[in-house]
Amino acid sequence: MGYRSAFDIIGPAMVGPSSSHTAGANRIGQVIRQLAGAMPEVVKVTFFNSFAETYKGHSTDRATVGGLLGLRTDDPRNREALELARQSGMKVTFATGRLDGYHPNCVRVEAQEGPGDAVNAVGVSIGGGRISIIELDGYKVRMSGEYPTLVLRHIDRVGVVETIGAILARAGVNISHMEIDRKRRGGEAIAVVELDQPVTADTMDSLRQGLPLLTIKQLEEV
Amino acid sequence: MFTRMKELLDLASEQKLPISEVMVQREVEETGKPRQEIMARMQAHLATMEAATQEGLAQGERSPSGLSGGDARRLRDYYASGRSLLGRQGDLAASLALAVSETNARMGRIVATPTAGSAGILPGVLMSLREHLHLETEALLAGAFTAAAIGLVIANSASIAGASGGCQAEVGSATAMAAGAAVELAGGSPDQVCQAVAIALQNVLGLVCDPVAGLVEVPCVVRNGVHAVMALTAADMALAGIESVIPADEVIGAMNEIGNAMPRQWKETALGGLAVTPTAICIRDRIRGQGEGL
Repeated sequence: MGYRSAFDIIGPAMVGPSSSHTAGANRIGQVIRQLAGAMPEVVKVTFFNSFAETYKGHSTDRATVGGLLGLRTDDPRNREALELARQSGMKVTFATGRLDGYHPNCVRVEAQEGPGDAVNAVGVSIGGGRISIIELDGYKVRMSGEYPTLVLRHIDRVGVVETIGAILARAGVNISHMEIDRKRRGGEAIAVVELDQPVTADTMDSLRQGLPLLTIKQLEEV
Repeated sequence: MFTRMKELLDLASEQKLPISEVMVQREVEETGKPRQEIMARMQAHLATMEAATQEGLAQGERSPSGLSGGDARRLRDYYASGRSLLGRQGDLAASLALAVSETNARMGRIVATPTAGSAGILPGVLMSLREHLHLETEALLAGAFTAAAIGLVIANSASIAGASGGCQAEVGSATAMAAGAAVELAGGSPDQVCQAVAIALQNVLGLVCDPVAGLVEVPCVVRNGVHAVMALTAADMALAGIESVIPADEVIGAMNEIGNAMPRQWKETALGGLAVTPTAICIRDRIRGQGEGL
């Protein structure tokens, strides 16, 4: 999980007060909003470890909700995110807990109801505003939010990875990182593919046609 | 991406380039984006940094918690009166660093350098040197990229998160980044940049992250002010030809070891150090009582 860009160090531009506890939390919220595909209406947010100890002082709660509302890290409206959520019809409850063996800055977001999909994800904020989504609906994944990202739900089958690679190669799109996980052999599976550039609607169609897909989503970098 | 100061130094000497340029070229290579776009992005960050210093100096008000605010102005007015013990240059850097950190505490806009808790140090040093060294925008951009290269090395071989490595990972990294940038802006060699990094980091080893009431205010704000001056002192030592006996990469290794061994209560949990002093406990209880209004 290396730091690769000058802007991992100088940046993000953000509202304070903490890059890990405010900006990172906001970015986790933004990714989950995109995974749901729409603003969730009932959300449970559980803060663990260092997040649990200090989330109020760092406005981690407001920042996470700001991200779920689609606000960027440097949007001053993050300050009023809890009020904005109420106005927008998003009902959020907060809890705290301890997760041993996990990163100190850890949050679980359960988007339970709304026009979009239900999402149950664990995100960690690893420093300087960088994040990783490490669990998604029970799958082990790794998603940084730094790249356009494809999230494919498919049936575990021989050749899926090769087909994804071939279709993206035909489109001239390079894969920067890829993770796969499955519920069981031959069962439901997930592929998270971070890309150097977003793919077109045509390429999305090719993926739909060429793979045993259940769903496919493309996320923007946050 | 960079993991050793030695690697930066070798690249700079082979190509006869300053470290800032090594960083810019690597960024172009790594992202595939045009140089112009990368420069424009950093320029926007510099503008945000400068606005944060101005906002902090203009705002005399306290933060919502009442724990910080107004000290940047206080220090500026003091050195303007001619009574400064340190001298204007150091106090200027410190006041600008305080200004950014105060803006951060009010949930104002800042640039994480490398983090929000340590966001005052690099702008404090860069903006204070602009006047002193008559720097144009291009030079400030170079300073920011030198700082980025140093930060990348530390992030990839130790840590830049208080929750992982304590305050040495945040304020310590920022101090090393600013010290190295200052050396390059003052015309120092890439080797002197490394010396400044080694000298600066040796003086922050073991620094714990113990924020009162879990807020990024006490001691974070004054720590930014003091460490902006430390960055300048480390830069001056390196420019004077002082060499660190322990090479920069080994100092970073020590920082990593100390960060890993550091107990959890000193890593941004607000469960130790200054955060559990009697006064801090009173403050914490008062703030918790205020609840959501904060």
